Order: sequence, then C-alpha cells, then structure tokens
Amino acid sequence: MSDLAGPSRGLAGRSQEQMTDLAGLSPEHASGEVGSLSASASELHDQVGPLTPSGHLRRRQLISRLVEASQTTAALLAVALLGIVVYSVASRAASVLSFDFLTKDLAPSGAPGGGIAPAIIGTAVIVALATVIAMPVGILVALYLTEFAGARAASAIRLALDLLNGMPTILIGLFIFGLLIVGHHQSGFAGSVALAIVILPLVARATQEVLLLVPPSLREAADALGVSHWRTVRGVVLPAARGGILTATMLAVARAAGETAPLLFTCSIFANSVSVNPFGQLGLPNIPVYIFTASEAADPYGFARAWGAAFVLLAFILLANLGVRAFANRSSSGGRSP
Amino acid sequence: MSPIDPPDAAPGAPDAELDVPTAPREARHSRASAARRRVRIQAAPLPNGATQAAGNGSDSEVASRAPASGTQRGGRTAGREAIFDMQNLSVSYGERVAIAGVTMQIHRNLITAVIGPSGCGKTTFLRSLNRMNDSVPGFRIDGRILYHGHDIYASGVDRVEVRRRIGMVFQRPNPFPKSIYDNVAWAPRNLRLKAGLDERVERALRGAALWEEVKDRLNQSALGLSGGQQQRLCIARAIAIEPDVLLLDEPASAIDPVATAAIEELMQRLKSRYTIVIVTHNMQQAARVADRTAFFSLDESDGGPAGTLVELDDTEVMFTRPQDRRTSDYVSGRFG
Repeated sequence: MSDLAGPSRGLAGRSQEQMTDLAGLSPEHASGEVGSLSASASELHDQVGPLTPSGHLRRRQLISRLVEASQTTAALLAVALLGIVVYSVASRAASVLSFDFLTKDLAPSGAPGGGIAPAIIGTAVIVALATVIAMPVGILVALYLTEFAGARAASAIRLALDLLNGMPTILIGLFIFGLLIVGHHQSGFAGSVALAIVILPLVARATQEVLLLVPPSLREAADALGVSHWRTVRGVVLPAARGGILTATMLAVARAAGETAPLLFTCSIFANSVSVNPFGQLGLPNIPVYIFTASEAADPYGFARAWGAAFVLLAFILLANLGVRAFANRSSSGGRSP
Repeated sequence: MSPIDPPDAAPGAPDAELDVPTAPREARHSRASAARRRVRIQAAPLPNGATQAAGNGSDSEVASRAPASGTQRGGRTAGREAIFDMQNLSVSYGERVAIAGVTMQIHRNLITAVIGPSGCGKTTFLRSLNRMNDSVPGFRIDGRILYHGHDIYASGVDRVEVRRRIGMVFQRPNPFPKSIYDNVAWAPRNLRLKAGLDERVERALRGAALWEEVKDRLNQSALGLSGGQQQRLCIARAIAIEPDVLLLDEPASAIDPVATAAIEELMQRLKSRYTIVIVTHNMQQAARVADRTAFFSLDESDGGPAGTLVELDDTEVMFTRPQDRRTSDYVSGRFG
C-alpha cells in the first residue's frame, strides 16, 4: 500500500471495495488509473456543487445550535442567580443601611436604630487572626508539595488537603469546641483556630497551583547557579508566585469571613460589645453569628438588621473578590519586575 | 591538581580504564598504539604533542591510523588536563536507558561539542555533568564521571557545590523575572560574593558581550530584552560566579542567526577562561565553534535503544576524515 502513497492521498472517504481494488493494482497501473478513480469519487460527493450545507450536515448544525443555546441559558442562569441574591439582600437591607449602621453599637432587642460595629470589628479580628495562623502553614505545605515532597507523599498530602477542604464546617466547629472550649470558655481565638482550619486547605491548594505555574526553567536556572534549593525557592520561585499566593489567600479569607457554623460553637450569641481581645470570656461578636441571632430573635427590627448585616458581609466578599481579581490582572501583566 | 580517586573505587570499570597515566607520555607513542582501546594523555605539556596540535601537520599520520574500535583521538588534547573523565557512563530513566557505555574525556580550555540525532542522549549526557538530572524521577547513573579526579556522584558530594563549579546555560533563554542587574547579581549575593558586586556584575556582562547594550538600563526588567540578549544575559549570569566549566545546552536553538553568531563569537572568547561543553543539533555550529566534537548515536543495547558515543576527535578530523562510518554518514547529511 505504501507504494500507492501518492495517488491514494485523495482516497479518504472512499468505499472499502475501491480500496481493495486499488491495493491489487501495481504501482504503475495505479498511477495510470488516478483520473478514473477521482471521477468515481465525484459521484459519491458532488465536488462542484454549491457550498451550502445539505442533508446530514444540516441536522448536525441544528443539534449544534440547540446545545449552544442550552449552554448559554445555563450560563445566564448562573449570572442571574448572583444578581437575584445581591438584589434581594440589598433591597431588604436598604431600610437599615446608613453610616450609623456601620459605626454604632448593637441596639437592645426591640429598639430601633443601632449598628453592627462590634460584629464588624469582631469578624475582622477573628478572620485576621485565622489568616495569620493559616497562611504561613498553608504556604509552607504548598512549598513542600511542589518543591520537596516525593510523588507519593505529595499525592497523599493533596488528598488529605482535599478531604479537609470538603469537611463540613460544623464538624470543625464541634472539634474546636471539644478541644479549646470544653473546660475553658468561648473565645474569639477558638473561632480563629476553627476558621484557620477552613482556610488552610484553600490556601495550600491554591498556592500549590500557583507554584506549579512558575516555569520549571526558572528553577533549573537558579539550581544551575550552585545556589541551595531553599534560596532558589525564596529568591526566585516565591517572588514569581507572589501575586498568585496573595490572590489565593484573599479568596480563602473571603470564604472564611462568611463561615457561620464554627463560630456558633466558639463565640457566644451574648457577646455584643466592641472588643478586639480574642481571648475574652464570651468570644467576639461577629457578623455571621449576628445574622443568625438577629433573624431568629422575636424582634421586628432584628430582621431588618439581619438583612443589613448580611448585605455588609456580602459587600465585603464581593469587593474582596473583585479587588483580588484586579490585583491579579495587574500583577500578571508584567508589573512584577522590581 | 586534585588527587585521583583510587582505582579500587570503581569496581565495575574494566582494568584498562583504570590505567590512568600519571607521568607524561609521548603523544606519538600514544597515537601509534591504536590497539589500545583508549588513548589518554594527561598532565604536563608534551613537546611532541604541542607541535601536532599547533601545526596540525600530521595529516599523513592521521590518515594512516589503523581503524580501531577506539573512539577518541586528536592532537588538540595533547598537553591539556582532562577536566572530565567519563568511565563507562550509563544513564537511565526508570526502565528506559538514555545513554550507555560512554567513556570519554573533556579537556581544559577547549570547546567540546556534542552532536547527534535527536533522542541520542546528548542533553542527558550534558545534564549529568552537573547533576541537573538528579531531580528527574527514576534517574539512575552507572559508571563514573570524574571531575578533576573526583567522582561527582560519590556519596558525600553535594550537588549544589558541583553546580557552583559547573555552570549551565539552557536551550531557551530563562532570565529571572527581575531586573538585568539582579539577574546577574542574584547568585553572587546568595553565594556570599557580595564584595564588589557592581564590578562583578559589570565584568560578567562585559564577559558576555552584553554590557554596552544594557549598561544604561540595568534596573529594567530582563524580560524586556530580545531573545539573543536574554541568552547572553543567561551566560553572564552563569559566569558571574566564575565557574570552572560552562555547559551549554543548544544555546542558540531558540534565537536568530545574528544573535547566534554573537554567541558563537562569545564562546571563542570565553574558552580562554572556561572549559566549554556545548550540545548542538546544528552540525555547522559544531564545525564553526568546537575544538573537539563528540558524535553520539542511537544504538541497540540490553535495555532497548540507547545513546552511545560513536566517536570523539578534533573537529576538523570529525568533519573530514571520521573513522566511523556512522559519523561520516551523519556529518555528510545521509541520516539524522
């Protein structure tokens, strides 16, 4: 068959019989027959007709359009969901939103006015502390995974991180309750530890992905200079991945800021005064728990305040995500040089 | 010079290989003894060999050499110290044998080119010389690579220290995403060579023939340089720590002909200071720049096809009167 390579180039789509016929021919014979062969091919497929779709192709085009339309609808639905959630929260929160709402103390039950300043500050303290705990550990885990671990250890650790990531947060709260609170007292610190457990796998996995994006050629270049591997990591790999690591951390923080379940165990619903002490008796007031308690309370104003707090939380998470995105775009478009 | 490892440290090597001459030996004598598998000329200058290398007037003698199974000859090596001494070197990745049974020497202040068809283990060979293959999963090495007489794969040898002395430039320019200055200064800083850093950076950039082009923008990102400039920056980065050997892995394959010419010229200037090993798939480049050329080819071995050293000789000899049929086929373009 290899002798027929020249003439057989145009054979695609022809029937099996024709192929076997052709195979039986001697090379000289075959090249003499090329003209008549292409004549028979044109009967199967009109090669000079108009270039508009016909028959089978028309049906495939229809299917293609249907699939495309359903995909577009699904994508629009996802965007619409976000819009509906944001709109419904914002419209219900509008009645309580004001500058005072962000800066005033919590109002007593049954009274109008007041703000959620203690909850905002409490959430900030808890989340910041959780980040301080989880970020270094997460980055070190990611560095170990990409730079030092063998293949087997790395896959085991990745699995562990994924399982940790999938763990229900209420379980993490329960665990911290048993570990840090039973026999002691509720505290913002315990809440931070619980949130750190939520953040850790997110930071570690996302950082690992970013580190993998650092071109291996950069590592080789640094290694070939006779510099120890840790210095390579510190001097070349980490700076190249810095933007991505910050992005990953911010996304994890935004996620943790909205976690409610661990904080229900660790921070009392009776904590309601401004405090920045994570080791205080009742724990720290915080937005998720405030939303939970205010919406449950038998208080006509409480419900509106819950929506208001929900809007503050939502705004923070959306802004954090958008800000991170802008930052990531900036740092990936070459603004990373010193 | 460094001490030579005791012969009993290489249990696998054949006896002939351990017969490392420690006294000067007459080059003529060595050449005549074509029956010996490998000719080794080491140590102090030899009057006889020196004239051969310089005059290159030994055509008749070269032509009359008996076709031996030996693979390495050449007058250029006479009187030069062998920096690398590979003894029956084999490298495999898992089950796959990349190179098998390579025995050769690389001599000081010469440019040694490694040529051969793709997949014949040229790059593997080069990367074995400064242990860049260590991190490749399944990498295994047999035989020995003596560097100034030290086995670079011996236990207790630190690969970071190996690379400190044996620098490498890669196929694709890979500057760090830092400024031009920081690219060159990074390794000296990390190796505690901070004294006179500015001068060191300038010296390296001048050495790489890049100084005039970048001296006014040392603080700009290296990523803004052209491909050829980036590659010269990588060479500057490598020579900033003043290694002993420079390994170049197809350094001109990703850049244009003008930049290639600049790098080839640069290599000629660098060889007075460094020993250079260059892998290239471009035979003309080897013919232009190299003093010695090694031809690798794929050969059947126990573990399937593996790269082997076919022949190593002075470049002119390799391209005009190679001993091995496969070499002449390759350099004349009949295969590969």
